[in-house]
Amino acid sequence: MLAGAQPFEESDAAVTRSSYGWETDRGSVYRKMTRAGAGTAEAGWVEAVERVRSQRDQQAFAALFQHFAPRVKAYLMKSGADASLAEECTQEVMATLWHKAHLFDPARASVATWVFTIARNRRIDALRKQRRPEPEELPWGPEPDASQDEALALQQETERLGEALKQLPAKQRELIERAYFGDLSHSEIAEQTGLPLGTIKSRIRLALERLRHEMK
Amino acid sequence: MGRINHHLTDPLLIAYAAGTLPEAFSLVAATHVSLCDECRARLAAFEAVGGAVVETAEAVPVAEGSLAATLARIAAGPKAEIRTPPKAAGILPAPLAAYVGGDLSAVRWRSVGGGVRQAILPTSRGASVRLLHIPAGAAVPDHGHRGTELTLVLQGAFRDDADRFARGDVEVADASVEHTPVAEPGEDCICLAATDAPLRFNALLPRLAQPFLRI
Repeated sequence: MLAGAQPFEESDAAVTRSSYGWETDRGSVYRKMTRAGAGTAEAGWVEAVERVRSQRDQQAFAALFQHFAPRVKAYLMKSGADASLAEECTQEVMATLWHKAHLFDPARASVATWVFTIARNRRIDALRKQRRPEPEELPWGPEPDASQDEALALQQETERLGEALKQLPAKQRELIERAYFGDLSHSEIAEQTGLPLGTIKSRIRLALERLRHEMK
Repeated sequence: MGRINHHLTDPLLIAYAAGTLPEAFSLVAATHVSLCDECRARLAAFEAVGGAVVETAEAVPVAEGSLAATLARIAAGPKAEIRTPPKAAGILPAPLAAYVGGDLSAVRWRSVGGGVRQAILPTSRGASVRLLHIPAGAAVPDHGHRGTELTLVLQGAFRDDADRFARGDVEVADASVEHTPVAEPGEDCICLAATDAPLRFNALLPRLAQPFLRI
């Protein structure tokens, strides 16, 4: 399964690089992070968000756009938006990613997860016409770089979660997708997802404890 | 942060992560997660599932010129002001304070009899949410449920059969639960309660009164 998924990411990244000039110094950093043993495709996306945040880097943004925008659009359409509303919302979601890049904490979420939450909130606003109460924000620690190991570990766990999702029996996977595309109410959602979430939860818990400690 | 013993269920957290809960339930979830790092981490794990679902879904091509259009949107500046809401300093966590328009002193209470006061908070239809003020030692009117009821303690504590619920604890009750929560003596109990069905009171309030109380 892992071998089956890799070429997809690789070819995707290759398109990204050739179209937006990743064959530069930045590109080599990006490539290293995408392909090196310790690095993951996720780590490359974290790096790209960092560049958007710190340098307002349009090339990094273009790479993120190329990968995530078509997936956000698919998510919105499966959630009930028609193509033109989905296109408009996708552009808004990606613009929000740019404006909120400074709020992204890689120790608590992968880029895909963060993009999902932005797209979800846009969907609630545009399709359900509701407000979404959000939990109190926990700010980044004073030195975000200090949590790089945590961030890397979380990105790797997230990739494992993606693999586990692909390996679920079709019926079970379909139920999870229906829950996230908005087809199931909370009383229709099963207690068990069949996904290994314990490690991710523990890692995020540790990151939160560190954050609480630093906030004191 | 005190020890919290009663948490949101997995289906509720998944629905909150997926963005499918009614607004009233989302408010209880957001308020509980503000007080409970365990559920904050569980929520983040369920959001990671959402990320994986989006990541593995079949992509739909964006329109021609979509990137350029997005860069133009970016250049035009954010639609709404991007800010991190301040951490609430009072009894009410930030998401709840936003609905009340301040801390406890800003709540506009209405008496519902038996010393119990309530304040219904404005949300979209499908479920309702209210703040309840129960005098220390008093019983919450005996009721059963037709739907799901979430009760989150913000101040004081109540007991319900064998369990004790204090600040941050959330009780999740479904149609099968007939219960009689009683506020502990000592401190008045303040709860945030949401339901997706009208409550069915067995005593204290005749059923006919319910439409007028909007509970």
